[in-house]
Amino acid sequence: MVPAMTQGSPTTFSGHDLACIRGGRVVFAGLNFAVEAGGALVLLGPNGSGKSSLLRVLAGLLAPAHGRLAWNGEAVTDDPEAHAARTHYLGHHDAVKPVLSVAENLRFWAHLHDPHAERAGRATEAALARFGLAHLAGIPGKMLSAGQKRRTNLARLLAAPSPLWLLDEPTTALDRASIKALEAVLAEHRAGGGMVVLSTHADIAMDGAVELHLDRFAVAEDFDEPAEGPES
Amino acid sequence: MNRFVEVVRRDLRLALRQGSDSVMVVTFFVLTVVLFPFGIGPEVNVLERVSAGVLMVTALLASMLSLDRLFQADYEDGSLELLILTPAPLSVVVAAKMLAHWLTTGLPLMVAAPVLAVLLHMQAEGFTTLLAAMALGTPILSLVGGIGAALVLGARRGGVLLSLLILPLYVPVLIFGVGAIDAAVQGMSARPHLLILGGILAASLVLAPWASAAAVRQALE
Repeated sequence: MVPAMTQGSPTTFSGHDLACIRGGRVVFAGLNFAVEAGGALVLLGPNGSGKSSLLRVLAGLLAPAHGRLAWNGEAVTDDPEAHAARTHYLGHHDAVKPVLSVAENLRFWAHLHDPHAERAGRATEAALARFGLAHLAGIPGKMLSAGQKRRTNLARLLAAPSPLWLLDEPTTALDRASIKALEAVLAEHRAGGGMVVLSTHADIAMDGAVELHLDRFAVAEDFDEPAEGPES
Repeated sequence: MNRFVEVVRRDLRLALRQGSDSVMVVTFFVLTVVLFPFGIGPEVNVLERVSAGVLMVTALLASMLSLDRLFQADYEDGSLELLILTPAPLSVVVAAKMLAHWLTTGLPLMVAAPVLAVLLHMQAEGFTTLLAAMALGTPILSLVGGIGAALVLGARRGGVLLSLLILPLYVPVLIFGVGAIDAAVQGMSARPHLLILGGILAASLVLAPWASAAAVRQALE
């Protein structure tokens, strides 16, 4: 079932006192955020500051070491499948199968998210057109360039509607025109009551986006690092 | 349920397009079995005696050959993350992948087995039981193997580790599979052996997708 994106009810997605530990190191701690319907959150910070980890926590791929995530005040851990249904996660990998065509790749994810086959089929075509992939629909994934693969992955966002988009550096490998297309898609999604959380090193134009600097939530623990591993 | 079918269809399509995995598994099965008459000599009674064991052991090894691809390809290209994040329970997705694995490897092995049984001079009484034992045994291989495949995700030399983990778990399938065929050939009832195989299959149908899903989740943390 696809959750309705009603504009009337103020939907909020929030995190309270989140902490994340990776490889025995505290990446961030005491992190709070809230995104409302139509809102956007941009994660900023140097490499290793935990942008990707935070996005994986938000998606439910990674359990936070501390703190809770809430959708309209209800903990997302209560119903992980409902959270999956309302979330689109876009990570570092493009998940494009080399032997399936662009349309087949996309249709699979669309059907998986939205079992209504006909609707998903129409949405797939629209999504392909939107990211300038219509002429590549029959091309197998292995023939695509890095940017085309990324666009195929981005088209997934439109192929099945979901209110919450979690994008980990979505502009990687994209050309200028595609970044423009992505900006337009993001603006439309937000205008329709959707939410966007994204991390980026490039400039993505988004009106009224809230910035979250992850390096501010870093925990100073440099002093005990030499004890953990041999330093040269 | 729709999503289950969708994942099965996608994995079958991938297997058919790539083709190599099923073909490789069956070819390995055939070639290895054909080696035995060369190795132990062409005496009919000797081959007949070992036929059930040779077929079952080789089928186990052949099925294991393709196991590391079960999740590895999806793990490498990021599809597995997205499969975890589909609105269906992960165990359903994993079960679908296991079914597709069985359809592309277990089923071809089952079809090839009687032909090879002729080659090894297995007595005709054993054939139906051989098919029954393979029908019950090969799904167990895919199910239990799937747990191992999920556990070694991301490990270096996962294939070797996988055999170490999984081969001991395959022993019951081997014992009761061969036991059933031997019983049938000697004119006894194969039913008890097949019932135990069925019991193992029933248990792994319930437990394997669940355990495998937990291992996949762990691998992607």
